[in-house]
Amino acid sequence: MSFTEIVSLALGAILVENFILSQFLGICPFMGVSKKMDTALGMGVAVTFVMGVASAACYAIDLLLIKLGLEYMQTVAFILVIAALVQLVEMFLQKSMPSLYQALGIYLPLITTNCAVLGVALLNSQNHYNFLGSVVYGVTGGLGFTLAIVLFASVRERMEFADPPEAFEGFPIALVAAGLIALAFMGFQGLSIFA
Amino acid sequence: MNILYAVLVLGVLGAVFGLGLAAASKVFAVEQDERLEPMLEALPGANCGGCGYAGCSAYANAVIAGEAEIGKCAAGGSETAEKMAAIMGVEAGDVVRTVAFVRCTGGDASLKKFDYYGISDCLAATKIGGNGPAACSFGCLGYGTCVAACPFGAMEIVDGHAHVNEEICTGCMSCAAACPRGLIASKPYDSKVAVGCASKDKGPAVRAYCEKGCIGCMLCVKACEHDAIKVVDNLAVVDYSKCVGCGACVEKCPRKIISMK
Repeated sequence: MSFTEIVSLALGAILVENFILSQFLGICPFMGVSKKMDTALGMGVAVTFVMGVASAACYAIDLLLIKLGLEYMQTVAFILVIAALVQLVEMFLQKSMPSLYQALGIYLPLITTNCAVLGVALLNSQNHYNFLGSVVYGVTGGLGFTLAIVLFASVRERMEFADPPEAFEGFPIALVAAGLIALAFMGFQGLSIFA
Repeated sequence: MNILYAVLVLGVLGAVFGLGLAAASKVFAVEQDERLEPMLEALPGANCGGCGYAGCSAYANAVIAGEAEIGKCAAGGSETAEKMAAIMGVEAGDVVRTVAFVRCTGGDASLKKFDYYGISDCLAATKIGGNGPAACSFGCLGYGTCVAACPFGAMEIVDGHAHVNEEICTGCMSCAAACPRGLIASKPYDSKVAVGCASKDKGPAVRAYCEKGCIGCMLCVKACEHDAIKVVDNLAVVDYSKCVGCGACVEKCPRKIISMK
């Protein structure tokens, strides 16, 4: 993979094909953990880390599955890998970085069920990225997730002070705002560094 | 044959990960006090911060480490204190239940300097027009910053000023920290009388802008047989260690701002 390809892949994962705003993966934490900026950032960093590690691990598992002709078991095998990884990360954090572990709280185990993580593993396999490409796509996909959730959290923090019609209070207005941000991100469609 | 492969591969993968995790849990084991979990269960888990610690788990850790006393949890009251004492193997003292009290009953009965159309937040309102729209520079603005801060839903805005529902209030004082006027004080749940005003302005000034303001007339002080109420800085203040709740001051107050439950 050439350097241009890597940059293009990264740019695509962060802006053009943003996991949340363009592919609609990982909506659950996007809506659930975006009330405060600092928790949103913590969640974003945790997801980025897990997506990067999961991409690397799933690449290896995928090679094994293809060799044995078991491609159709991808989803099951990837979920197994991701669940085990998240557990491992959780134990590691609890031991070595208790303050970060406290800050992430319940969100850390919840990453297991974040479909963006499974999504990145499956997309890596579908798009036939090599090892470097997979890891780059995973990490930058996570960065795109972080960007989206932090942007959304800052919008939601401001919305606290807004006075919407009663029927729109709380979740509905948040969904409207999420839709508008997704629309804004559609402006990145067609962005390309291939001359 | 293929199905056998699938079962075998995934089974082996699962077993490898399982064993790996089992090994990792030994390597990364964190020693945790066995009293921590029941302690956390005994606490309400609202993380209100009323005990002075960052949250329920911080308080639980402090108690187990012997750094904090049992019974600081205002939200849980005596019931929680008893449970915690049982876990620690000591006797629980009596916990005096305290509740929040808003030292202003002015609201709609007091004058406004101007109409405010900004965001509905007291701190924001105080930034405008020299300390906010209320003519009284001490009184409740009524935009509900404390209502939003209350983790238990015990506060509401009634007649333009904040009001505490004492049955729901746990005395965590989250509201007091949120109030930009510093109007909310703690008072014993069982007691007695409370002065619904915080204005330190002189009598004539208070009279000019609020129907429910303390004018420092001293009638309550003279009425009290127990020396439990004093006027300090033009404002009546109750000394709860002396007050017996006879209600003499409540009757005498010409402004009807001393309340008794």
